[in-house]
Amino acid sequence: MGMPAMVNRTAASGAGAGSPRRSLAAAGPRYGERLVQLLLGACAAFSVAVTAGIVLSLLSGTVDFFREVPIGDFLFGTEWAPSFADARFGVLPIVVGTLNIVFWSLAVAVPVGLASAIYLSEYAPRRVRRAVKPMLEILEGIPTVAIGLWALVFLRPLAEDVFPFLPWNTPTSVGVAGVAVGLLIVPLVASISDDAMRAVPAGLREGAYALGAGKMRVSLRVVFPAAISGVVAAIVLAVSRAVGETMVVLMAAGARPSLTVDPTDSVQTMTAYIGQTATGDIATGTVDYYTLFAVGALLFLLTLGMNMLAIRLVRRFREVYE
Amino acid sequence: MVSEKPPRTARTRLAVAGARAATNGALGTRSRRRAVAEAMFPAVLLLGLGFAVAGLASMIIWMLIEGTPRFDAGLFTNPPSRLFPEEAGYRPAILGTLYVIGGVIALIVPLGVGAAVYLEEYADSSRWFNRMFELNIQNLAGVPSIVFGILGLAFIARGPLSLGFVAAAGSITVAMLVLPTVIIAAREAIRAVPSSIREGSLALGATQWQTIWRQVLPASLSGIITGVILAVARAIGEAAPLLLVGATFFVTSDPHFFEGSYTTLPTQIYTWARQPQEELRVLAAAGILVMLALVLAMNSFAIWLRNRYEQRW
Amino acid sequence: MAQPTRAGERLAVRPGELRKPGQVEHVEKTFELRDVSVSYGGTPAVRGVSMDIYHQNITALIGPSGCGKSTLLRCLNRMNDLIPNARIDGELRYHGEDIYGPAVDPVQVRKIIGMVFQKPNPFPKSIYDNVAFGPRATGMKGNLDDIVENALRRAGLWDEVKNRLRDNAYGMSGGQQQRLCIARAIAVEPDVILMDEPCSALDPISTARIEDLMLELKERYTIVIVTHNMQQAARVSDMTAFLMVELTADERNRFGQLVEYDDTSKVFTNPADERTEAYISGKVG
Repeated sequence: MGMPAMVNRTAASGAGAGSPRRSLAAAGPRYGERLVQLLLGACAAFSVAVTAGIVLSLLSGTVDFFREVPIGDFLFGTEWAPSFADARFGVLPIVVGTLNIVFWSLAVAVPVGLASAIYLSEYAPRRVRRAVKPMLEILEGIPTVAIGLWALVFLRPLAEDVFPFLPWNTPTSVGVAGVAVGLLIVPLVASISDDAMRAVPAGLREGAYALGAGKMRVSLRVVFPAAISGVVAAIVLAVSRAVGETMVVLMAAGARPSLTVDPTDSVQTMTAYIGQTATGDIATGTVDYYTLFAVGALLFLLTLGMNMLAIRLVRRFREVYE
Repeated sequence: MVSEKPPRTARTRLAVAGARAATNGALGTRSRRRAVAEAMFPAVLLLGLGFAVAGLASMIIWMLIEGTPRFDAGLFTNPPSRLFPEEAGYRPAILGTLYVIGGVIALIVPLGVGAAVYLEEYADSSRWFNRMFELNIQNLAGVPSIVFGILGLAFIARGPLSLGFVAAAGSITVAMLVLPTVIIAAREAIRAVPSSIREGSLALGATQWQTIWRQVLPASLSGIITGVILAVARAIGEAAPLLLVGATFFVTSDPHFFEGSYTTLPTQIYTWARQPQEELRVLAAAGILVMLALVLAMNSFAIWLRNRYEQRW
Repeated sequence: MAQPTRAGERLAVRPGELRKPGQVEHVEKTFELRDVSVSYGGTPAVRGVSMDIYHQNITALIGPSGCGKSTLLRCLNRMNDLIPNARIDGELRYHGEDIYGPAVDPVQVRKIIGMVFQKPNPFPKSIYDNVAFGPRATGMKGNLDDIVENALRRAGLWDEVKNRLRDNAYGMSGGQQQRLCIARAIAVEPDVILMDEPCSALDPISTARIEDLMLELKERYTIVIVTHNMQQAARVSDMTAFLMVELTADERNRFGQLVEYDDTSKVFTNPADERTEAYISGKVG
């Protein structure tokens, strides 16, 4: 262990001026800094307040609802007619309506979204990519009211022309609405899957190509499985989005709840029920007012669960490569 | 030579599986079927992508065809009219949108940027409540828009705030909806500013807030503004939550902010769209053109802004 | 105790480059370090450093990578405060006042003790605004134009930029940017300038200019410089401190220790410790 060589020379008298002693203490108490930090913290806390507000509002209305309606009736009943004289509060028909939408929208969004993602990440030359990505962003940005009207006025007659053999008898149809919702979800599926596939290290691809595999094989058997958690996250988020979609289904899926799987039928989804009921005239304090909150709570819980799952999946696909 | 097996991390497993698949492909039977499949695969993919592009194109073309006949000045200046649909216009709806969006901007800029600054500059990410903030914002970003409408109905139009079914209530409701978008975009912009800038500023004797206000925020401004514009573009098109907060149907007079009934462009379009009359459908389509033009203009502006002013570090 | 070497025999430094002994003046102490240790989250980085840094001297900290030179430097202006689990033990005094005392304001410390970083980090603003930032932020009195001009003159940059003060600083070359950073630090009128490997990202010509600048700045400021370049330390500094990496007892972590601290000429011609000699003659590090 070396001895530090200490050089101790005392101040020579008179040689050179000493530096002015400047205090290291603060010039002032700096309240402004602390105030700013508090204000900014309050802004961050506001977002928590929003969540708390959502939870509280849903909770209080739901509690009021379940005071009048047994929870078993709600969850397992098969008739949804809250505003009728002989009111029925079985939520299944509108849940099934939502599930129908999810099914048809995934039937469109998953193949189209994944195909787009694989193409963009594995095949597309840079110019095509630069042209297509904005198109997907535009699709994502179109207001859902517009898509709803397009589904009602353009897509529905088109569907009847393309599939004349199906029993079309209402202007609204869950299949058509589902396809429209699927289209609007495609950018979501495509961009998350694309990110996941591009995150797969080049080394994995190059190794496979070096072994003589063709591009399709590399895309499907090497890249895609490597990106699977990101792809699953994309699909989960797509489901969540489809469940939460309101305007398209309000305009194009229908207003009457019905337990059906026929794509030509009109159904009511959970979101459409909420949208429709709130715009009608309902008095506060009645049971049907509280149905808004009960259905809203169910909706919130479903999407919350799916979003948390998706967040965890996204975190996993990031971790593998970092 | 004794060699240790490498640890079976996820990365290793994937690499092994990929190598196995590739080798199978290379050494397996090279049938004509395989070659045909390889050639057709990109075509199949393009078909899928083409479906999306065709859908988009058909939407835009349809809107143009349906809406342009009624695209005239009266669209902007006339109030709605049941009796004379040929002369009806979107005036109160456009004003309502302007009021609502104005309120949204006034709320999301300070709250969103403030939250982002706090989370990036002040919050210690190892502490539990700061991680909760982050998780919370990610979750809020995924909540269906109509649930925000329920919140607005219970707490803002009625309940504690009791503002009534007025434009201000609509503003607050939509602001809460798009706030996560702003926070996330602002955080990314702030995070992109290199720490060497902050260190340089602090080393000169500037305080933390001085560093943020004079260095970090100006440097991240373009990213923040882009995020705000994208949030506003989204807010313009929102109808679902406003249905619950009183954007009612037949509003003929100009709206005010804190009182009186109001409507916005998308909710007005929804109203017209439900009507059976052909002229009203056309009116709805024309309104969609206006809204779409606005939204597209804002999105393009945001993208241009991002490309032009992006700070490359 | 190492054998006294004949000048030039096992040295990495040519004798003509050394400061002649006896030129160093020690008037008073700017910093006094007593048993200073720094650890990050329990892992030690530097241990047991005791030394005095003298007023208007250039003091060089040299040593191999990872020996904690920069860590030690950053203690002097409390920049380690920015790292969440950094912990500083021991005594660190500036003109007798404890830098880490309870009444001490880190912001004030940094006004008095400035820093120039390894990679030039000008702000994305104009040259003028870069230099003016410190005075503006710290509320300095006086004509801002004069302050900026003085700082740029003292940094040897004025003639090159006087006609383009409004240009963006990023358009300058690396050497100019670093001199701008020095001007920026000078503008707030510090007592001390800390330099963390200021020339390692620069070409030799810029390096030479900055070394000349350091010798000029010495007249007004106390300078402490961390450097990888032994020749630079020998050329420029009055006192040199050599730090070395040691392993902890459980051999899991490395930390730095002060091995030798003396007049530069002595350290480079006749080091007291054989580790110092090994480093200087290029055997290790």
